[in-house]
Amino acid sequence: MTALTITSLIAIGSFAAGLLGALTGLGGGIIIVPLLTLVFHVDIRYAIGASLVSVIATSSGAAAAYVKQGFTNIRIGMLLEVATTCGAIAGALIAAHIPTGAIAVIFGLVLLYSAYRSFKRQEDHLPADQGDRWAQRLRLNSTFPTPTGKQAYAVENVPAGFVMMIGAGILSGLLGIGSGVLKVLAMDQAMRLPFKVSTTTSNFMIGVTAAASAGVYLHAGYIEPTIAFPVMLGVLSGALLGAHFLASANTKRLRQLFATVIVVLAVEMLYKGATGGL
Amino acid sequence: MTVPPSPPTTPSSPASHLPPDHPAHAWTDERVEHGVGNLLRIGVLLAAAVTLVGGTLYLLQSAWTTHSYRVFQGVTDGLNSISGILRGVGIFDSRAIIQLGIVLLIATPVARVALSLLGFFRQRDRTYMVITTIVLIILLLGLSGKIRTH
Repeated sequence: MTALTITSLIAIGSFAAGLLGALTGLGGGIIIVPLLTLVFHVDIRYAIGASLVSVIATSSGAAAAYVKQGFTNIRIGMLLEVATTCGAIAGALIAAHIPTGAIAVIFGLVLLYSAYRSFKRQEDHLPADQGDRWAQRLRLNSTFPTPTGKQAYAVENVPAGFVMMIGAGILSGLLGIGSGVLKVLAMDQAMRLPFKVSTTTSNFMIGVTAAASAGVYLHAGYIEPTIAFPVMLGVLSGALLGAHFLASANTKRLRQLFATVIVVLAVEMLYKGATGGL
Repeated sequence: MTVPPSPPTTPSSPASHLPPDHPAHAWTDERVEHGVGNLLRIGVLLAAAVTLVGGTLYLLQSAWTTHSYRVFQGVTDGLNSISGILRGVGIFDSRAIIQLGIVLLIATPVARVALSLLGFFRQRDRTYMVITTIVLIILLLGLSGKIRTH
């Protein structure tokens, strides 16, 4: 294939990934690595580098809109970024020292888990009213806007959330994904934050987390500009268009469709990773 | 980085009669969040524009060449360090221009953290100045190339 053909095809695929990722709220970053490796036969290390770049672009683009709405908790985000950035750098170092087949298998498992989470109903819980002593000491408790005025919330299990975020950072750096699903899990399930606060703060953190490992990958030669540019521009334009049409889309059907795609890619990643095809 | 407008100093402005630490002058969380939002938008747009210029140049020059990315060789030729990328941009190397856009993109969250640090500094919030400085150091270490994979 000529450079023009492969660049165009990668751009179209990345655009579709960004569009579906934004419409379903699952993020397009998670299917970029399978798309590049399984469909375009790109080495997984170049794929991880390009994916990570696209993750920074979509996260920063979306966060620009979210922070102004007042749901993002910048203090929680900053505290947990200590955990995610350390994890991300560790993840990038691990990636350089384990076989690519093992990375593919871990990737497949994370894909399966993400698909499973997307089928589960998202239930919001009542905000905690006390919070743990770390939440009080670090002034993490805050408010978020509702139609009837500001609603206060408290933060629980800060140490557990912090530890889970190290894990989310490692996976982000190792696989070149935003690992938003794991970040939301830590904030929503462990720290008991309101759902909207968890999702926007998670998105806010994804760019910083990915920037930590992207620097390491740049110097390790994982970021190939001729692959990264169609991926970044494709995912970004798809995500921007998706966010524009979000209100009118039938997201339930799309989530099912996207989750099915993820499961198929997961099985193939697991198979190829285990048999040495990647 | 976006610099918020300085407090009004004209005598007609009511804010000028307030003491310097009055909330009207203060860097509230909301105001920092607003600056952060603008910074992120500008950073991403700038990075995307530079990448688009480099990518277009690359396709104009090399549209009919063939590449295989099946085997990992690792990006070299000065495209894996910031000084090398800047040298390449100086001679209008298309791949270096793409890479510059990517470096600008990676720098955007770093600038965001730096702006937050300034916000916490203006709020005299010692705890979060320390936390934010730790995050900034980790990010700069990653970008500096001091953390080596081999």
